[in-house]
Amino acid sequence: MYNMGDAIFHRPESMPDRSTHFCPGCGHGITQRLVGEVLDELELRERAICIGSIGCTVTSYIYYDVDGMEAPHGRAPAVATAIKRCHPDLVPFTIQGDGDLASIGMAEIIHAATRGENITIIFANNANFGMTGGQLAPTTLMGMYTSSTIKGRKAEQNGFPIRVSELLATLDGPAYIARVSLHNPANVRKARRAIEIAFKAPMAGMGLGFVEVLSMCPINWKVEPVDAPQWIVDNMVPQFPLGEYKCKPEVMGLKTVVKE
Amino acid sequence: MTERTLMGGNIAIAEGAILAGCGAYFGYPITPQNDLLEHMSQRMPALGRIFLQSESELAGINMVYGAAATGIRCMTSTSSPGFSLQQEGISYMAGAEVPCVVANIMRAGPGLGNIGGAQGDYKQCTRGGGHGDYYLITLVPASVQEMMDLTMLAFELADKYRNPTLIMADGFLGQSVESIVMREPVKKLPDKNWAITGAKGREKRLINSFEMNPLDHPKRIALLLEKYERMRIDEVRYEGMRLDDAEIVVVAYGSVARAAMTAIKMAQQHNWKVGLLRPITVFPFPYQPLSDLAEKGCKFIVAEMSSGQMLEDVRLAVGSQNEIKLVNTYGGVPLTADQIFEAIDLMI
Repeated sequence: MYNMGDAIFHRPESMPDRSTHFCPGCGHGITQRLVGEVLDELELRERAICIGSIGCTVTSYIYYDVDGMEAPHGRAPAVATAIKRCHPDLVPFTIQGDGDLASIGMAEIIHAATRGENITIIFANNANFGMTGGQLAPTTLMGMYTSSTIKGRKAEQNGFPIRVSELLATLDGPAYIARVSLHNPANVRKARRAIEIAFKAPMAGMGLGFVEVLSMCPINWKVEPVDAPQWIVDNMVPQFPLGEYKCKPEVMGLKTVVKE
Repeated sequence: MTERTLMGGNIAIAEGAILAGCGAYFGYPITPQNDLLEHMSQRMPALGRIFLQSESELAGINMVYGAAATGIRCMTSTSSPGFSLQQEGISYMAGAEVPCVVANIMRAGPGLGNIGGAQGDYKQCTRGGGHGDYYLITLVPASVQEMMDLTMLAFELADKYRNPTLIMADGFLGQSVESIVMREPVKKLPDKNWAITGAKGREKRLINSFEMNPLDHPKRIALLLEKYERMRIDEVRYEGMRLDDAEIVVVAYGSVARAAMTAIKMAQQHNWKVGLLRPITVFPFPYQPLSDLAEKGCKFIVAEMSSGQMLEDVRLAVGSQNEIKLVNTYGGVPLTADQIFEAIDLMI
């Protein structure tokens, strides 16, 4: 029971008190916070290494009170791989956008996944290159207008969207792969639980923990921030169905672990 | 220790790295340095150290970046086309001031070129190589012994300056086998109070090259430039041979320097006054000793396995008053002592 005056919602201790640089209605702030909650819960302040990527998540390391470093575009899984191989006690994680992970960094994520690296990767999918002004991404939906497909994505020019979670789930290395969405509180709660497993599984040496987060980008979608969550439901979820795509049997056990 | 052993050039780099306390090696197969990677694949795990074959040179250099950021000594090796790919990670490491050692066992370019040894990456190595304002100390061994010794030195210099350091050798030297003296392992590695090791009982640390504020970035670069200036003052290395009364000075590095030594001995039989200036660092380049020889009125022969890339540095050092001739090969063809002797003969 809570007493009158007790805080029931507060900033995670692993996150310093500062405002973010994200646009109004952007999903990244929510994702960053969910990761911060998990860092708190798993008491990772002294073990986590936050690896920044390139794009809107470029300075993700400034939002956590943990050691951090910068990776070149798409290379965060390679950087994280080396840190974990050299220091099994550390917990490297990264938040990568869809341009970073699914375009220029596809080789690095595929190979980190197939090697079963014990690292955590949060993949923010908002169907476009956010930071550079909303160009076509590998995840851009068919017919979707972007600043480099002003008449909409067409198959004959740009092919088809990549479903990264499904693709990675064909490999034997990953321990846990889930696609979640930030479009309403219930799904944010599910995202939080998935991110927790994506940290726990590699910490237990089971392999890659990977969570794809469908995330709002109203400024580049050209929709009002308040309408962006529904845009995910209407446009993204049909192309990128939510759910768990890989959960090794031993990972199932992690879900029932009760916090001490 | 004076134990002598027979060793290949690439293997000497690997063993030199192990002696220097290299804790992790990441690399991708490319001829003519595959024996280095293969050697490390067995030696490093046997020593309880990290070896990982990366999916590309891009991933490999970024693995080096990640491992080095945690403070351990680490390296990669590659050959010219792979070295081009690694410029991304090297530039990031220079910007973020993360030390590492990269061995580039050069083959002929451009493009896929040829797997024969070459020295065509001179400009890429000595002028930074990737994007942005940075330089890398570039060590150019001329023997299997130096492959080991300069690799050990490279780790020291990388840590001293918190900067990637290059071993630049041609494929012929990488494949050479010579008798060498084994060295003692480095016993104490430097403390790194900047490394990301997990923020145990301390403030968080951050390793990056990024400055959000455009007014702050020039300040960071100014600090880097000051560091490169210190390298130019303190780290010039070269070897002189018969320079005291030389009228002609051959300038050569790597395996070409060995051919040049033979050519100079041939010249000596004719009582010609020919000396050798052999750069051991090409960044920083020994401009001053060459400039001093030019003051004395020497003529110069630049011998290299490229279109004349080092020739430009010699011209910068010597100026326009003294005669300078280039004798060279390119495209993966070795430069012989006879060719260098012929150039000397023409200049006498």
